[in-house]
Order: sequence, then C-alpha cells, then structure tokens
Amino acid sequence: MKKIFGRPAGLTEIIQRYCPGCGHGIVHRLIAELLVELDIRERTVGIAPVGCSVFADEYFNCDMIQPPHGRGPAVATGIKRSRPDCVLFSYQGDGDLAAIGTAETVHAAARNEKITVIFINNAIYGMTGGQLAPTTLPGMRSTTSVKGRDVVKQGYPIKVCELLSGVDGAYYLERCAVNTPKNIIKTKKALKTAFKNQMDDKGFSLVEILSMCPTGWGVTPVQSKQWIDDVMSKYYPLGVYRDRAKEEK
Amino acid sequence: MAEKRLMYGNHAVVEGVIYAGCRFFAGYPITPQNEIPEYMSIRMNEEGGVFLQTESEIAAINMLFGAAAAGKRAMTSSSSPGISLMQEGISYIAGADMPVLVVNVVRGGPGLGNIAPAQSDYYQATRGGGHGDYFTITLAPHSGQELFEFPRLGFELAEKYRNPALILADGLLGQMMEPVEFTYEPIDPTSLPEKEWALSGCKGRERRVVRSYDLRPGKLEDLNRRRFEKYENIKKNEQRFRASRCDDADLVVVAYGTCARVSDAAVRMARDRGLKVGLLRPISLWPFPWDVLGDMSKRVEHFLVVEMSCGQMIDDVKLATECRSKVQFHGRPGGGVPTPPEIYEKILGVLGGTR
Repeated sequence: MKKIFGRPAGLTEIIQRYCPGCGHGIVHRLIAELLVELDIRERTVGIAPVGCSVFADEYFNCDMIQPPHGRGPAVATGIKRSRPDCVLFSYQGDGDLAAIGTAETVHAAARNEKITVIFINNAIYGMTGGQLAPTTLPGMRSTTSVKGRDVVKQGYPIKVCELLSGVDGAYYLERCAVNTPKNIIKTKKALKTAFKNQMDDKGFSLVEILSMCPTGWGVTPVQSKQWIDDVMSKYYPLGVYRDRAKEEK
Repeated sequence: MAEKRLMYGNHAVVEGVIYAGCRFFAGYPITPQNEIPEYMSIRMNEEGGVFLQTESEIAAINMLFGAAAAGKRAMTSSSSPGISLMQEGISYIAGADMPVLVVNVVRGGPGLGNIAPAQSDYYQATRGGGHGDYFTITLAPHSGQELFEFPRLGFELAEKYRNPALILADGLLGQMMEPVEFTYEPIDPTSLPEKEWALSGCKGRERRVVRSYDLRPGKLEDLNRRRFEKYENIKKNEQRFRASRCDDADLVVVAYGTCARVSDAAVRMARDRGLKVGLLRPISLWPFPWDVLGDMSKRVEHFLVVEMSCGQMIDDVKLATECRSKVQFHGRPGGGVPTPPEIYEKILGVLGGTR
C-alpha cells in the first residue's frame, strides 16, 4: 500500500480539538501545506489568537507566540521589524481582528507591515459560547442577540476587506471561503499569494476566510456549508479587494 | 576622562538606551516625556535601529512583546495614563517571562490629571500593575546621570531574571537639564548573546512557543510558584538604595527620585543646625530595600517618608520597619513638588519632642 495523503509537516502530531464541521482545521491544513511548499516552515513565526484557535500554538509545527486578544498585528510587527528574514503570519478570528484589535489591524495595514494576516470570519464568538461578533449578520441570532441582531440597537457588521480597501498601505486583500472544495482551492491560492507577497518584501496581505461554525450557528455541518453560499457570502462578497502587484503592472 | 554633556533627563534616557545596545523603540507621544520619542527617532535612525510611533500605547507594548520574544533588547517610554494602557501587555510579558524595559515619566493623576511631576504611580509600578500574580523590577533614578545609567542596568536585570523592568522617573527629572557623564562604552548590539528561548524560526532545532497561558489543571499554579521562586531571588539579590548620614540619625527621611533630591537639601539644613537626620534613598522600588530599613528600625526612632503623592511608598516603609519605629509622612499630590524648607519644618515638627 502506498500512502498518498497524510498530515503535512507544517502541523504537529497533536490532535486538534475543533468541533465537527468547523472551518479552522481546513485553514490550518492549508497554511501548514504552504509552510512546506514554500519552504518557509523553518523561518516562520506564527501568531495564535485568543478564541477557539488559541491552541494554534500547539498545532502549527513552527515557532509560535500567543499575544493578548487583538494584538496579533502589533506583536507580529515587533518580531518582523526585529527579524526581517522571518515570515510572520497572524491568525485571527472576527472578535480578535475586527472588534478588540481593530486599531492594530488598521494601523498594521496603514504601515504596510510586511506580514500575512489570516482572518477567520465565522460571524460568531465561538470560544465564549456564541455571542454577537462584529461580523454577525443583521437579524442573525447569537447568545447576546437572541431575537437576531437588531441593527438599531446593536449596529451593523464590519466588512473588513471593504474597510481596509480605504487604507492606502494595504498591499493585498482577498475574501475567500472554505465551504466547498472549489472555494478551498481558491483560499489556498490566496494564502499562497499572501505569503509570497511577504517573501518578496511587498507588504501587508490579508486573507479573509468565511468559515463554518455549526456549533455557534446552531445548524448541522452540512447546513453550515450551504448557509455560507446562500446567505453569508451575499453579505460578504468573495473576491480580490486589493492587489497592488496587479495595479502596479 | 569620560565625555560629559549638559542634557535633558529625557535625552539622557535615550542615550542610555542606545548605549545599552537597544535598537528597538515603540511608543506613543505623551507629555512630559515627548523628548524621548523625538530624540529617539533621530538616534535610532542614526544607529540603524527600529523606531515606531504607534497608534496607541497598547500597540507599543505589544510590539515590545514581539521584539523581546524575537530575542532583542526593546524599550518604550510613556507617562502615567499611557502606562495604564500598557498594563495588559506588561501582564502578558511577565506571564511569558520576557525581558523588556518600560520608562514611566510620571505625571499627576488620576485620569488625565496634569503634566506636572508626580510619584503617584508607585503602587502601580511596585504591585505588578496589571492582572495576575507578578512583579516588575522597578528602578527609581534621581538624576540625569542615573537616567543615563539605568537603562543598561534595567536590561541586564530584565534579562537575568526574564522579567519586565521599569524605570520610574517623573516629569521634573525628564525636563531638567544636568551634566551627564558617559561613564561606559556603548554596547554593540551584535555582541549581545543570542537568547536560547528566542523566536527566530525553528531551523536546526525544536520549535519554540512563547505564551502566558496554560489551561491544563494545576500547571498554571506550578508555573506561578516557580515564578515566585524567581521573585524571591530578586528580593534577596537586587535591593538597591543609597544611605547618607544615617549612622547616628535620630530621624531618617525616606524618599526616592525627585523627592530624594529635595530631601537631601532639607537633611543638610537639619544637620547644619545640629539635628541628627539622615536620608535613605530607595533605588530599587521593587524589590524595595526592606532589609536595610528593617535593620535601621532597630535603632532609628523616627522615619519621615516624603513623596509626591498622598502616600504610597509609606506602606512599604511601615511593612519594612514592622512597627518598631514611628513613621511620619509628608506628601504633595497632584503635581506638587515639596521644597526643602517645608520638609525641614516637618523634620522639626517630628523631632520637636525629642530635642
């Protein structure tokens, strides 16, 4: 028997503790594959977020650091400016990146820090039990909006790629999803571009990934994949929002 | 002979940081320490170092977290309200056992307070400051000379014990011009040894993880106990102070920083009039010089604590002297600076009954 599919060397042997149907495991795998394919694993420092993927510092087989909630881009800046040869990725959820860490995100982009930010948007706070996220859709239920997000009282979601499109410093912005094989392949391509931009010393690259949270959404894994196609990606359209490499050509 | 320059205290800090071999600064402007980032931006540019004016003090302290984790000497400076914002990061840095240097040019508080010199951040500096069980090594300079010398000492202590170090100055020390002697040769950053725990990519070694959390039952308790063993070593080895005219003293003034300078003049006034008065100047505020004060309290009847606050260090003096002596207080909060005559009057008041 020949082994044709296995765990990439970019992941440790530790069993991941994500819920069934969760998107984190897919994105972890894509990053881990790229660490190997781009031959950067041994010069990468990863930033784990606070949230469900706080244990990312156990899962990625590279140097890792676990900063305060939302401060990933600032910590990444400190490492990157100290060791420009290192490849930095900051893995962040929606609360981490678009609520408590909004300032750090916007200003890292404004400075065009040569880092790669991977933004998991699942429209809910998973780790703490399903509360309203800055990306929870209007009308969507959460444990702090049990009748659905009331935009009059709770305001509107933040569209991160659109927001950062107004920041001149941002080099590359793309929104993807991991709900179908086709979208997963596209996501990997976007992540590869985001890492290559850093390796070529180009600049701030952020990939927003619409990701399933069946537990937080109160649906089955299959329904959660469908919901991204039917609802979530209508509010958060997939696509490239900034690609300065193309603009410069 | 070493080079001597007339300089602002805030500029002396910058030279001290450069001489200490630090090439990483991140910070956000705030009065009365703006001369630090301004001059630092010039000096880091000259030295090929990193200067980052950040979006907030929160970002600044987290950039230090990253730079320190990458194994580099890294520092920030701010003043009271900005230091409050940094407490989250300092707690994480202490929890991850990372060395950084933070300079607080203290101003009047609470809240926005004012921009005048104060010592009202003593509790915050010496009690950890953020959440969780930890301490920060805290040094209190009283001159431009020490503002130049303490960054190097701060980095050395921070690295020796893998813990954040603070320099607690005040607006007066930062803004005052004094002669500063460049007492040692600048350290070449490339001569500093590589840290065996630094994040740099895992080529040729096991991967490393820097973190302040451990969710496994009992593990965080163990970790905190080990950190407190470290703190016991710091308390044993690093108590720093300067005692003058204390040997025969009936009264010892205890004061640090600017208050020590002013108190020194008051002590001399008292000595000129034949009063047996001495001065104990704590240099390390954490660890506080508990031992010397404990010893002194066995023979000194009166201590007079002078602070630019409503009384914070006085708690440590009382703890150190264990009720053996009478501890009096003279304080000027909210940006007030005591004068030698007013401290002298207080000395007279305390000693009045025993003369």
